[in-house]
Amino acid sequence: MRREAIFNTALWLGLLAYPVWAWLGDEPYQITLATRVAILALAGVGLNIALGLGGLVSLGHAMFFGIGGYAAGILASHAQSYTPLYDGAFTIEGTQNMLVIWLVAVVAAGLVALVTGALSLRTSGVYFIMITLAFGQMFYYFTISWPAYGGEDGLSIYVRNWFPGLNTLDPLTFFLICFSILSLALLLSWRIAGSAFGLALNAARQNEDRVRAVGIEPYRLRLVAFVISGAITGLAGALYADLNRFVSPTMFSWQLSGEIMVFVILGGVARLFGPVAGAALFILLEEVLGGVSDYWHIWLGVLLLIVVLFARGGLIGLIAGQGTGQATGQRKRAGGADD
Amino acid sequence: MTEPVLRISGITKSFGALRASEDVTLDLCAGEIHALIGPNGAGKSTLIAQIAGALAPDSGTIKLEGRDVTAQSTVARARAGLARTFQISSLAMEDTVLQNAMLGALGARQGRLGLFGSVMRDTGLRETARAALDEVGLGEFAGFRVGDLSHGQRRQLEVAVALTLKPRVLLMDEPMAGLGAEGTAQMVPMLQRLKHTAPILLIEHDMDAVFQLADRISVLVYGQIIATDAPDAIRTDPRVREAYLGDDLGEDAV
Ligand SMILES: Nc1ncnc2c1ncn2[C@@H]1O[C@H](COP(=O)(O)OP(=O)(O)O)[C@@H](O)[C@H]1O
Ligand SMILES: [Mg+2]
Repeated sequence: MRREAIFNTALWLGLLAYPVWAWLGDEPYQITLATRVAILALAGVGLNIALGLGGLVSLGHAMFFGIGGYAAGILASHAQSYTPLYDGAFTIEGTQNMLVIWLVAVVAAGLVALVTGALSLRTSGVYFIMITLAFGQMFYYFTISWPAYGGEDGLSIYVRNWFPGLNTLDPLTFFLICFSILSLALLLSWRIAGSAFGLALNAARQNEDRVRAVGIEPYRLRLVAFVISGAITGLAGALYADLNRFVSPTMFSWQLSGEIMVFVILGGVARLFGPVAGAALFILLEEVLGGVSDYWHIWLGVLLLIVVLFARGGLIGLIAGQGTGQATGQRKRAGGADD
Repeated sequence: MTEPVLRISGITKSFGALRASEDVTLDLCAGEIHALIGPNGAGKSTLIAQIAGALAPDSGTIKLEGRDVTAQSTVARARAGLARTFQISSLAMEDTVLQNAMLGALGARQGRLGLFGSVMRDTGLRETARAALDEVGLGEFAGFRVGDLSHGQRRQLEVAVALTLKPRVLLMDEPMAGLGAEGTAQMVPMLQRLKHTAPILLIEHDMDAVFQLADRISVLVYGQIIATDAPDAIRTDPRVREAYLGDDLGEDAV
């Protein structure tokens, strides 16, 4: 367990140091890459709460990512065109203030997670995967056919949204904003995993009859986890919109849901820093292999297969050893026996 | 006579053409161990599942401390004080022994589950869990992963988790199965003590243990209760001997 903590710290410091180094060398593209890692990792931290802790294989998390992205895009587009979002009994103006945008992204994604979770959590296994996938696709096709906000073409954010007192146009500043939010989300995820709620949720993943028999309803645990998970991934979507200054329906695509899941698995499911390791590896592969071949996803697929078959704990598991180490870090092994 | 803690009346349950419970009526009084015996496939586990709420009876009622709980969920019944141990150990295998016991203590608390505070630092929960583990003799194994425990230790942990629930009634489905002579010898005095905490409806195949422990015995055959009586009366009941033909229910079982 010590090794995992050391590795996590190194990863955290590395992700922080890389863009600073790029900034010193005047390489803004590398800063952007690091920012993508931070944002994707944040989306993965969200998914990991549902997937790792709750055992909920959601193939619809792009839905939350897209909702966060569109929250940013829609609010910014109204602010840019000086047209109110709603003008009736009262008026809602657009805004380019990140703090407001984040709040809207988190609340909107959380609410959608509440509704879709309440329905899909009545099923389990493959049905749950299919229902979350279907909800994601509903949003995807809805945004495509919604001309008011660009339809298939998406929406542009001409000037990056602002944060009080900071120059968000500076790549390093924007990176630091994303990195700080990622760090907070990791802290939150760590606290949840070690909490009473986390203990019960994790037990429900392993054996739901046991949890019912002690008088705790797994459905409610999972719904809360799903909402927190969706809200965090939604926040990542809002940051992603600001990184690209652009949102489009592809943010809702099931391929994106799959990619988030892939890199969480690569990094290590249920490992605190699994999404960070996975997102970094994913972007690294995309850069290295993507430059060599357009078909780099095939190699990603091969790697995924290897991880799933031979390295269940993902990258973190390979480096820090087995054992789902998120919850406590105070497990002892009986004399060499293993399962 | 006082109102029984648990009263099961006219429970019937069919799986297709198979009658797993047929008009089962049974009660459990404070301070007693009521053993439920019967050949394999008689419907004992099915009956426990219906009492615990995992399976809905086709008809009949289940009353806990005078309240009809027949329509309630497993979760509601657990909260009302029905604690159950499973015939096949049902635990969180990746978690530690202590964590499993703490899960029980957490359920018993019946409050909101904290999202942020460290559960392992919750001394109240830890103490409840520790006390239950000590009670069943698993104190030293608190830090072990359940997956690394022996079969017998898992059975003990099942009992410990049930104890953390501060139960009003204990339903135990073959707690001694596969324990061996030594494990059984540990479990018997423990159940003897426990019945004063909460009455026990005990399913058990080990007839020595049953006759040592039970205050009353009911015999279930093909889903029907053919006799309920004191151990000595059951031993000599001709219908019971017939049903158990070939089984070890001899005079040596005392
Ligand atoms: N879910 C089920 N569906 C169909 N048949 C079942 C089911 N559960 C149990 N049975 C059948 O009901 C009978 C009673 O089983 P059970 O209660 O497990 O017996 P016991 O615990 O007394 O050995 C058996 O014949 C078993 O095959
Ligand atoms: Mg049985």
